[in-house]
Amino acid sequence: MYPVAPITLEIIVLVLGVILLLAESFSKSEDKSGLARTGIFVLVWVFFLTFFTTSDPGALDPAASMETRSFWGFYTADAIAMFFKRIALLTTIIVLVMSIEYRHVLARFIPGVSPGAGTGEFYCLPIFTCAGLMFMASAVDFVMIFVSLELVTVSFYVLVAYMRRHTASLEAGVKYLILGALSTGFLVYGITWIFGITGETNLALIGAKLPLLTGSTTPLLFGLMLILVGLGFKVAAAPFQIWVPDVYQGAPTPVTAFLSVGSKAAGFIVLIRVLEPFLGAPLLAPKVGAAIGILAGLSLVYGNLAAMPQDNLKRLLAYSSIGHAGYLLIAVASVGNDQGSFGSAGVAVAFYLAAYLLMTLLSFLVMIVVANHSRGDDILHFNGLAKRSPFLAFGMLTAMLSLAGVPFTAGFIGKFLVFAAALKQNHYILVGLGVITVAAGFYYYLRVIGAMYWQEPVDDTKIRMSFLTRLTIGGLTLAIFVFGVFPQPVLGMLDDHRPATAITLPIPQVPVPPAAPVY
Amino acid sequence: MLHLLVLTPIVLAIAILLGAPARKSAFAAGIIQFAASLFALLSYDRTKNGFQFASQWTLVPEWDLKYFLAADGLSLVMLLLTGIVTLAAVWVTPKIEKRENLFYACLLLISGGAAGAFASQDLFFFYAFHELALIPTFLLIGIWGSGERHAAAWKITIYLALGSFVLLLGLIDLFQALPIAHRTFDMVRLQELAAANVIPSDAQVRPFFLLLIGFGILVSLFPFHSWAAPAYASAPAPVAMLHAGVLKKFGLYGLIRLAVPLLPEGALHWMHLLLILLVGNIIYVGLVTIAQRKLDLMLGFSSVMHMGYIFLGIASMNVIGLSGAALLMFAHGLSIAALFAMAGLIRQRQLSLSFDSLGGLARPMPFLGVTFGFAAFASLGLPGFANFAGEVAIFFGAFKNSGTGLHFSTMQIATFFALWGVVISAVYMLRSYRAVFLGEPGKSLASWSDVTGTARWPILLLLGFLLLAGFVPSYFLAFITPTIEALLR
Repeated sequence: MYPVAPITLEIIVLVLGVILLLAESFSKSEDKSGLARTGIFVLVWVFFLTFFTTSDPGALDPAASMETRSFWGFYTADAIAMFFKRIALLTTIIVLVMSIEYRHVLARFIPGVSPGAGTGEFYCLPIFTCAGLMFMASAVDFVMIFVSLELVTVSFYVLVAYMRRHTASLEAGVKYLILGALSTGFLVYGITWIFGITGETNLALIGAKLPLLTGSTTPLLFGLMLILVGLGFKVAAAPFQIWVPDVYQGAPTPVTAFLSVGSKAAGFIVLIRVLEPFLGAPLLAPKVGAAIGILAGLSLVYGNLAAMPQDNLKRLLAYSSIGHAGYLLIAVASVGNDQGSFGSAGVAVAFYLAAYLLMTLLSFLVMIVVANHSRGDDILHFNGLAKRSPFLAFGMLTAMLSLAGVPFTAGFIGKFLVFAAALKQNHYILVGLGVITVAAGFYYYLRVIGAMYWQEPVDDTKIRMSFLTRLTIGGLTLAIFVFGVFPQPVLGMLDDHRPATAITLPIPQVPVPPAAPVY
Repeated sequence: MLHLLVLTPIVLAIAILLGAPARKSAFAAGIIQFAASLFALLSYDRTKNGFQFASQWTLVPEWDLKYFLAADGLSLVMLLLTGIVTLAAVWVTPKIEKRENLFYACLLLISGGAAGAFASQDLFFFYAFHELALIPTFLLIGIWGSGERHAAAWKITIYLALGSFVLLLGLIDLFQALPIAHRTFDMVRLQELAAANVIPSDAQVRPFFLLLIGFGILVSLFPFHSWAAPAYASAPAPVAMLHAGVLKKFGLYGLIRLAVPLLPEGALHWMHLLLILLVGNIIYVGLVTIAQRKLDLMLGFSSVMHMGYIFLGIASMNVIGLSGAALLMFAHGLSIAALFAMAGLIRQRQLSLSFDSLGGLARPMPFLGVTFGFAAFASLGLPGFANFAGEVAIFFGAFKNSGTGLHFSTMQIATFFALWGVVISAVYMLRSYRAVFLGEPGKSLASWSDVTGTARWPILLLLGFLLLAGFVPSYFLAFITPTIEALLR
């Protein structure tokens, strides 16, 4: 049966979600975590299946016409799409592991006739989110992008507010719902502007038409800025970060982890895809680059400075997630001439996200285990963790080091690629801000390490965790170090990345008229 | 051979964390490192010079990124310093009351990081190995330090993190200043490129500045020095020995190996800035040192001040000056390690290291009195010790540089100021010796026992090499000078 077509992966994941939902409604067992275990098992299989897919003929052949491409050009399966599919699958698997560890907390806040009742959907919805993320990785048409983005967002609306008896969770749900709907509105409005000007929803066709357009670029830029606002919400970039701290702190911890990794990864793949045609157009590129640069600078400064005084680890990671969006945006702003540097800025984004996945999920997983025993997720609750459980403390240490960007961790390679891309494009201000905020980051990440290793534990009870959790923590810790020294496997996956939109239309190339620069 | 040097401490550190007997493993690591570095130095073929013992393992082919160990004369001398100080540091470590395993593992990681940085001939690992020491230092000072240990740990960690990211920018910028066809992480290739002078002079200005500030923060260049003294004062003695003695030399080593040979025009562009800052190191920090009233802080500031001489040697940009700088790096590493070791031994025997409460230690503790005197005299540059040879070569080198014409050059004026540093260091060293060892017995002694038995050996080891390099500096210079000549070609 191998190799399979790429679209099979999404179909398997969707079918899995439906079957699990059905199974949930017929199951009489009180403990619903079996659903999650089944989900993990199947998703791991799908993850390995991603390495045995046929290449999409349409996507890899630039000369293919729209009709011969799968789904009429809605869908691509280039290297970067496959890479983000793997990110989505891995994230979902680990989130399911977290959900199992989190089940006791969940049961406390769900009203029901028996403990565990009404928790089944909590294990099924992430699978639908995963399918949405995987579709999004392949989407190269605004229609497809919008539909898959909504699939992700709507499942998140439910997941964030899942703990019905927990006021913080409900508050987070309302905030996320309102601001999410607002950002969707911006996104759709932006898409219509661009459709109105170019007459296309396909990004490849838009890219081909952009150089041919005459007249003012203002409407195009206006439409693109609206899209940037919409995506800015999804990736948690300042000044659209206002929802992040409260939602992250209030949502169930596995959902927070999923939001911070999955939502960000999806937002960035869409951002790269959408911006690619615009950054290729000489008249638009400088302005678009400047807008991204401003977002990057604001996110860096706001995220990292606001993280410093936080005492709650979840909230701290929320602000740090804004900061990391800033580093990623530096790389997006540095797309350009890549000759002789370390791969393209797209590779920097992809690698950074992969590293971010490992370290963020690791820290959330350890946090869930610790919070199960300490009944809280303030930094205070991590005091003396090194004595209570050296294993968990080392895992957290690794995650924090990687988030801070210490060499020999995957996070360092990510920062290295980002700074290399930015210096290459002479973005002095962004690089300067980046270095200062890295130092600020050291302060708040090391506060956690200081709490774990310097302080004495409040209580000495041993911390227990399931074998699956232990395995996942060990695996993530190891992966952070391995990819920090030996990044080749990840880079190799991105190797044959070619722009999904690099097709030439049978339109005669008209030289761009020397239009007066619009300032 | 070099793998043994670099990987032994790291592997044993992991083993200790997993439960191996801490002190025995650490001791084994120290002995292996010392023996391997000495053996590498002795078996280095001086008729051929250049890089030897090379071995490499490619990690990312597109970037030419590889784990590449090789050593030339300069590396070997620095590796020997690492070996000696590691062994001595493990040896003088007193019984650790709490979490012994973590202590020794962190200590070995610092040592392994330093050895890796000196032996790596690949930019990425050269940088990364140095950073390996950052977090262990944070933990060591924060858990086992004395006094204001948390504040000191924060200060050194944030400062060094900032410095190393500036350094990272400098290294990336240096890499991208190279013509595309020549871009490489390989430091052996870079040395050949330096000889071919491939970087246009206007492209050298920005990377040199970034490297100077980045390495400068790591070496406590004035005015980025304020992290050093409080951290060394708070740190446990073995940590202060390794950090001040070995790890801090990394920045100087980087300037000698990368910045000056590859970016000479950039160096000339920033020369006045460098000279002003290094005079600040010598005169300003020197005066601050005189004002100190505690032994540990005084030693911390004195180590900052002595960096000024080494910067002067680097600024001279000629063979004599740079060789002197390298020799002084070796000598200063040994002498400051010996001084911190003895300060740690005194700390164990009394309640305070304040000069007011100490005094008259020489009578009950003759061994400490004599050896501390030796190390103090070495540190202030008395003939017979390696520090003297290094400082003299630096002053000659610096004065010789650009000395044409009737007026003194800026470099020579800076040298005049630097010479006054010798007087300043004599003042604070002799005053502190009088305050601690001579005069009336102090009030705060908890124990009068001298250092006895095998506990004497680590100090004798450090002083022995100091004297050896002082009496036959030519032996060590025979390793250093050909390397410097190759670098400056």
